[in-house]
Amino acid sequence: MPAAKLVTDPAAVQEVHLETDILIIGAGNAGCFAAIEAKRVNPDLKVTLMEKAHIDRSGCLAAGMDAINTYIKKGYTKEDLVRWSRAQVGGGPLREDLTLSMAGYLNQCIEEWEEWGLPIKKDENGEYKARGKWDIAIHGADMKVILAEKVREYGCEVLNRIVATNYLVDNGRAIGALGFGVRDGKLYVIKAGATIIATGGAGGLYKPYTNDGNDAHHQIWYCPFNVGTGYAMGIRAGAEMTTFEMRWCATRTKDYNGPIDTISVGYKAAMINAKGERILQERYAHLGGDAAPRYIRANAPMEEWLTGRGPCYVDTTHMTAEEIKDLKTDYLNERPSFVLFLASRAQDISKEPIEIYGSDPYIVGGHTASGYWIDNDRATTLPGLFACGDVAGGVPNKFVGGCAAEGLISGRAAARYVAGLADRGMIDREQVEAEKRRVFAPAVRLAAEGDGVRPREMEERLQRLMDEYAGGVHQFYRTNRERLEYALKHIKTMREQVKYLVAQDLHELMEAHEVIDRLDVAEVLLHHLMAREETRWPAWQTRADHPERDDERFNCFINSRRNPQTGAIEILTRPYEPVVEEK
Amino acid sequence: MPPRVNVDKCDGCRGENEALCEAVCPGDLMTVNEETGKAYCRSARDCWDCMCCTRVCPQGAIETRIPYQLGYYPAKLVPFAGTDKVTWTAVDINGKVERFTFRTRNK
Repeated sequence: MPAAKLVTDPAAVQEVHLETDILIIGAGNAGCFAAIEAKRVNPDLKVTLMEKAHIDRSGCLAAGMDAINTYIKKGYTKEDLVRWSRAQVGGGPLREDLTLSMAGYLNQCIEEWEEWGLPIKKDENGEYKARGKWDIAIHGADMKVILAEKVREYGCEVLNRIVATNYLVDNGRAIGALGFGVRDGKLYVIKAGATIIATGGAGGLYKPYTNDGNDAHHQIWYCPFNVGTGYAMGIRAGAEMTTFEMRWCATRTKDYNGPIDTISVGYKAAMINAKGERILQERYAHLGGDAAPRYIRANAPMEEWLTGRGPCYVDTTHMTAEEIKDLKTDYLNERPSFVLFLASRAQDISKEPIEIYGSDPYIVGGHTASGYWIDNDRATTLPGLFACGDVAGGVPNKFVGGCAAEGLISGRAAARYVAGLADRGMIDREQVEAEKRRVFAPAVRLAAEGDGVRPREMEERLQRLMDEYAGGVHQFYRTNRERLEYALKHIKTMREQVKYLVAQDLHELMEAHEVIDRLDVAEVLLHHLMAREETRWPAWQTRADHPERDDERFNCFINSRRNPQTGAIEILTRPYEPVVEEK
Repeated sequence: MPPRVNVDKCDGCRGENEALCEAVCPGDLMTVNEETGKAYCRSARDCWDCMCCTRVCPQGAIETRIPYQLGYYPAKLVPFAGTDKVTWTAVDINGKVERFTFRTRNK
């Protein structure tokens, strides 16, 4: 289907008006489970999914998965999961109430997925095959396709290739969303009783180290097409956000940026440095050794490299031929090109260990706790708006199963909310017109001026700025007040430069809005990094000017809200309230 | 050099509303050249190497390559998909072949 021509006159943009009971923005894992659950609560509800890509292969699960990292096995409880999750973030803060409610639905979602067609590996007793304390092994190459089929079976409406841009707002309440069709070039005005945001986290804020003007710019850990649009829409609408400073940085295969930490967990392959020393066991025994929290595992090899003991590796040289075949099969389920990468270096990992390195940092609520501040129904501070999955905050270590469970909870809550609605608000015609001008401005600019800033140029400027000044991988994740102030000054200039963005076709228009969204997320992230004057999670958050942890001041949530009147980012704190006692 | 389309094999999925690679690409990167009717990747550097296009192509016309800056020529990884299983063939730069077959969905 040839894409429509990009209209250069906003007055000529066609509008599509739709009305639905529940609008879900983002048809990834969380969004799909939200849709299915809303339909189960009330099959008469009209449920609409608005997806930037195609529901069959969108979001983090596009390529598939090799494991589900959160499943409560026999002998463990929801409270055990909270204790583990708490330890993974160094004792807090995390929303233990939300973690508990998420844990209540984990197993249901995963078992349903299996019934719908997802192959889950079994052990000799017929139980799900364990690959760590909370992980189970799956053949998830087609798990997203299987889920998409189910969404269609439940009678949900799916709008593919629609890029969400902002919420429709009436008197401070979300009543749907606006977006544009990246194939048809139309403006979509979708009015809804309840709106669920499920667009995932934000990749591409920082310069990946594989990016040196070559074909590997998007060789990154997170789905590069998740750019933080959901966060940005909430920021612009004045919703409260939490814990952006807890960034996710992971240990990865060097150069390829491929999955690796699961190898060390599942196949008992230890991290070693250039001298062959077992890094975690020998240097981090006091923090758990090989079972140290994930931020320690992310920081340790980088610390070795920085100190002059790199390169570092995951030692696979003890693995049997059978284990190596299993390992490669795992990757063919999740990131098949990893096997191609090894082949392209003719690397036999039974003889040569796999080199590791840190990733660029991401804002991703499924792994760390960044995102919308929500209540137990997954309602945000913006009435009518619910959040689930990577875009929702407070619950670290949700991973795939937890995002599904959170989708289910939000779908159920949204269905209840719609049932109790007295009125569904009014669309503000002025907002629609203003959004149309904003969305198509890069096309207008190119037609009128013939010159300006390409989205790619602005994206790369942002990534370089964040990398060097806000603790990117090239700076071994370190930052300080002065660097953050510098970055904020330049972010302000870049936000003023958005008016110079140009786009020559609909694909580039999408890229223009992706960089605008990233700027909004990056600005909030900088304020959060500035506010946490301590080092709580080295690598995830390292303040070189405040190297110690300060529990007295900072064992709390750092939250933020953009003041709708002034546009200023206002920082506030919320107390950390432990719910589950230590054993 | 992520997805490379073999133009001799690609038929642009004639008869489909849009080519299957174009339909599934999560980055909106695969598209069909209107003049030649053949698919291509509009921005190789933006490819995530997820291989969704490679797996879905009914003609087996798409090959995913690791960018040369990261890996050497001419390794290959070729999927052959059935209804509920897949077979992958990996060939390394010295011609060594490995093959993997596993389920992709329950019956």
